[in-house]
Amino acid sequence: MPPQLKVLLPLFAIIVVVFVVIRHFLVPVSFGENGHYRANSLIDNANKEMVYASKKMCVECHADIGEKLQSDLHASLSCVVCHGPGLEHSNSPKTVQIIKMSGRDHCGRCHAINPARLKEAVNQIDVVEHHKDKKDCIECHNPHAVWELKK
Amino acid sequence: MGTKKISNSRRAFFKTSAALVGALAVSSLLDPLKALVITTEEPKNEGPWWGIGIDIKKCIGCGLCAKSCKAENHVPIQPFYFRNWVEQYTILNDGTLKVISPNGGIDGFKTNEPKEDIFKTFFVPKMCNHCAKSPCTQVCPVGATFVSPDGVVLIDDKYCIGCAYCVQACPYGCRYIHPEKKVADKCTLCYHRLKKGLAPACMEICPTGARIYGDLRDKNGIMIKFLKEHDCQVLKPSLNTGSKLNYNGLSKEIR
Repeated sequence: MPPQLKVLLPLFAIIVVVFVVIRHFLVPVSFGENGHYRANSLIDNANKEMVYASKKMCVECHADIGEKLQSDLHASLSCVVCHGPGLEHSNSPKTVQIIKMSGRDHCGRCHAINPARLKEAVNQIDVVEHHKDKKDCIECHNPHAVWELKK
Repeated sequence: MGTKKISNSRRAFFKTSAALVGALAVSSLLDPLKALVITTEEPKNEGPWWGIGIDIKKCIGCGLCAKSCKAENHVPIQPFYFRNWVEQYTILNDGTLKVISPNGGIDGFKTNEPKEDIFKTFFVPKMCNHCAKSPCTQVCPVGATFVSPDGVVLIDDKYCIGCAYCVQACPYGCRYIHPEKKVADKCTLCYHRLKKGLAPACMEICPTGARIYGDLRDKNGIMIKFLKEHDCQVLKPSLNTGSKLNYNGLSKEIR
């Protein structure tokens, strides 16, 4: 063995060991299990808290309204469109009241006249001029069955 | 001497060229034109592989998708941070193109152009394309952004160093640096909802069903049906990002 190696080999071994030790502490747990990322990050992402409820949750208790909605023009709407996120109400229905959004501004989000909206996609109306004497759209229209006009 | 040298090297050049062309022809016979075909390959694993469909003809620009996304994912409320937003394209009769997205469309849209001046106008909902060959994940120096086994592009916010390479790499402008967390942030297709079997917030709230999501492997599923029944296109197909967001009715003006 050449004399240089006697010094260099142990030095080299020390460098390798130090590298392996540092690497062990720097690479996070579960890194590289599925690919070049932390596999546990999938769990972190999946565990984020929800804010919005889903129609499925709503009709568990409100089956009657769900059925009524299903037979009218608003059938494709989820409850959250007009009732807000609603998850808190869904979790504790006794203490948290659901909100009800209505009025010319809220209904006008979809139903105001806009040339970019296809007529087939949504019924449009001049939300400012239409029945000016009434304040809120739901004074006449039942939002769960829009063509069931109230008198 | 000089002429001889030139003809020698010319011969060598022809030999090399012939060998290269021959090798290319043989290899393309073995694996026909693989290099030329722009396809998106499915990963070889089990379970769903999520894709998205947006029907531009159904979008009425209510902006509820953008609004619900901000609430569901705690996106900063300043008007320039979005995981998902809606644009209104207006092409006037004189050929000018106007693209507006006031506050991402969250408060709805109001058209100011007189109707007779408008040649064409439509809404374009935008969000992360969840590319199969995503440029954003490839540039991450630490492995903090990745494509999940079910085809969703996610961010590991505990591991991200906030260098913003991915923000400039995304050709669709779908990423931003979160002002408080100082890490990259983007649409996760509401991964936390998907895993519970619920629709992403934007799709749950969409009143016309203009946005849909589904398993691209489920041959009887809603996404395959959407792709069968519509002539779909992705944004910037020339970039070969393997985008899994399919638009129906994508006009040539849309970028």
